[in-house]
Amino acid sequence: MNAPLTPGFAEPVLDAQRCFRAVLEAMARPGRVQALPALPEAPAPLAPAAAAVLLTLADADTPVWLDAGEAAAAWLRFHAGCPIAASAAEATFALAGGVPPALRDLSQGTEEEPHRSATLLVQVAALAEGGGWRLTGPGIEREHRLLAAGLPAGFEAEWAANHARFPRGVDVILCAGDRLAALPRTTRLEAG
Amino acid sequence: MQDPETERNAARRRWMGILARASGAEIAGRLAAAPALPAHRRLRGPETGLVMARGRQGGDGAPFNLGEVTVTRCSVCLEDGRIGHAYVAGRDARQAELAAVLDAALQDPARQPALLAAVVEPLATFQAARAAKDAARAAATRVQFFTMATMR
Repeated sequence: MNAPLTPGFAEPVLDAQRCFRAVLEAMARPGRVQALPALPEAPAPLAPAAAAVLLTLADADTPVWLDAGEAAAAWLRFHAGCPIAASAAEATFALAGGVPPALRDLSQGTEEEPHRSATLLVQVAALAEGGGWRLTGPGIEREHRLLAAGLPAGFEAEWAANHARFPRGVDVILCAGDRLAALPRTTRLEAG
Repeated sequence: MQDPETERNAARRRWMGILARASGAEIAGRLAAAPALPAHRRLRGPETGLVMARGRQGGDGAPFNLGEVTVTRCSVCLEDGRIGHAYVAGRDARQAELAAVLDAALQDPARQPALLAAVVEPLATFQAARAAKDAARAAATRVQFFTMATMR
């Protein structure tokens, strides 16, 4: 018998709307950490915030790639009804619990349709404002500080290359526990 | 000799069909005389949505969209990890949830005989009688067209 399924959002419509609002706030104010008010009961390797974002945004039209194992994929297929992509390159949403795939390997969109690019969700060990990276760009008045623990060492260089591909490029949502922060492709990032 | 998996699926298909055709009140009425259902958690729903019903004329006609059917679905999980699903036509959330719990409980060999005898078989008998009565009423209005053919 396969691993038992767990419930998704307690209030599927309202909770997804609350989560969508939090993702919207996070994207509009890069580097500001948002706490999600409603969380699903996600299977083990999935962070609650990452699971909530996928339940909110993924559907039958968005292939999802994830490295969190068969139980998490089955849970997501059941609750979101999304196809599971065989490789990160084919995915609209990619979720990395371990080492994230290289940003350049994900779908970048096209010059005509940059919105067709992928969104990468990375589960990090911790998120904190007030230290770490200095973020500047649209949605930030002077600068925001964001500390994300547990990302691979070359992430800043990869992010600079991703930023340079604008309007193409990947958006990143960092998730830790029940909190998330977003790095849209317009954000410039300097190591603090 | 069929393999046990096919046999289990056929039995499950039968009770799921019978439960889907019974109203929530009918199922609840039968449950009063049955052993108590185990505790369950809702995995999804009950929630109501639309399903596109597709049809085709004859065995080789091209498929076409017949229309949308209101469907209520529910999935539940028992404490032992068994999962029950129900998709029922209409908006009866109670029917969908009871049918899902029964589907999960009926997969347990220890509970199956008692529940089959107390709930599913009486419902099947009732539905067969209702179908036979409807068929008899329709048969009374049947028109035989052979006289038209012999008039010429």
